[in-house]
Amino acid sequence: MGKSISTRGVCAWYGAQLTLKGIDMSIDANQVTAIIGPSGCGKSTFIRCLNRLHETVSGARVEGSIRVGDVDIREIDPVDVRRMVGMVFQKPNPFPTLSIYDNVALGLRLGGIRAKSELAQRVEHSLRLAALWDEVKDRLYAPATALSGGQQQRLCIARALAVEPDVLLMDEPASALDPVSTHRIEELVEALKGTFTVVIVTHNMQQAARIADKTAFFLNGELVEFGETTQVFTTPSDKRTEDYITGRFG
Amino acid sequence: MQQRQHLDVALRELNLNVVKMGSAVQSALRTAMEALERADLATAEAVVDGDEVVNRLQREIEAQCIRLIATQQPVATDLRQIVAGLHIATDLERMGDNAVDIAKTVLRMGADIGQTWAGISHMAGRIDKMLSTALNAYVEQDQQLARELAAEDDEVDHAYRRLLEELLRSVIADPNDAPAMMSQSFIARHLERIGDHVTNIGESVIYIVSGERSDLN
Repeated sequence: MGKSISTRGVCAWYGAQLTLKGIDMSIDANQVTAIIGPSGCGKSTFIRCLNRLHETVSGARVEGSIRVGDVDIREIDPVDVRRMVGMVFQKPNPFPTLSIYDNVALGLRLGGIRAKSELAQRVEHSLRLAALWDEVKDRLYAPATALSGGQQQRLCIARALAVEPDVLLMDEPASALDPVSTHRIEELVEALKGTFTVVIVTHNMQQAARIADKTAFFLNGELVEFGETTQVFTTPSDKRTEDYITGRFG
Repeated sequence: MQQRQHLDVALRELNLNVVKMGSAVQSALRTAMEALERADLATAEAVVDGDEVVNRLQREIEAQCIRLIATQQPVATDLRQIVAGLHIATDLERMGDNAVDIAKTVLRMGADIGQTWAGISHMAGRIDKMLSTALNAYVEQDQQLARELAAEDDEVDHAYRRLLEELLRSVIADPNDAPAMMSQSFIARHLERIGDHVTNIGESVIYIVSGERSDLN
């Protein structure tokens, strides 16, 4: 089961530049939460703080409290954090020299799983969760780069799911995909929320409206509005949200 | 921003069509009342024929709204304005039908319909004013003005009940008047229904402005 996320006063900097200005957010477990906002508003920075990826950038730092379930992620090893909080990026990034199978198995092997039967079982389970198994089961040892863009992205999702995270972060996971592949990813997100907590950054507001239970609007590093998706897209409470989602700026 | 400009223009066109339809319905109602007061069959016939204009405007508004939803994926106030446009057009179309029903009663009864009761003229006057208020509230996006319709409609409902009692007393006093009194009561009923549809328009205005679902009736 997924876990809830709670952030209190989260601030993030790139060098001297403050890009997140005290974000307080409570993200429910086993729900899809979309983060929208114009370029540079801090939405990607925010989710990169949730798995401590932000602080890997030279000169970047984070302050505030981030809890996944009962765990303060800043008090544990970043490697453990990334096992709890998986991430899928905008552009599919499978390991190009590895096979489909090995792309998924790699994280498991790094986690100490060696038994072939267990590896095979978990790889199959992850590929099924990512709705890719039927398309690749007969060519598991083909290079990952032989897959289409949409399949590669689902492979990356399978890779993230293989280590059984509590939370799956997705940074514009469908923005480089065609409409059919986008639709499959959206269906997948809907199916995954039964098992994981999903936080998705998207520029596509219709996508947020379609798949998210809750939506957060970020602007200039601040959380302007956070609520039920239906409410945000029909009766936003803040004029800045209204102006952004209706295309008056951004 | 180009896309936004296109949507703004389309929403203005939608507003214009709603106001145009409201004005056509108001005109149909006034003409139906004229036909009633003068027992004028030709004028009543014109109301029935003119209903096609109202129906056509409803279809146009519906098509405009569907096109905007399909092509613009509207949200927030834009979406509420479009959904409300659909509702208002439906209410106006039914009000147009009520005006036609009044005209058809005149055609059916001819001169036998007798003198129009003062209570009916009073109701029609109030409803005409309510419709103007509703259309102004829509144009100005004024939810306070829209909320005033609730009290106005209460007045119309009281007037309707008083009128029914008067008509009943009249029938008891002279049963020969029954057919004319029945027709007058039907006309009063159509007017009362029009009042209810006007309050629906007020509710749509409140929805556009605030997103709140209200009940003015």
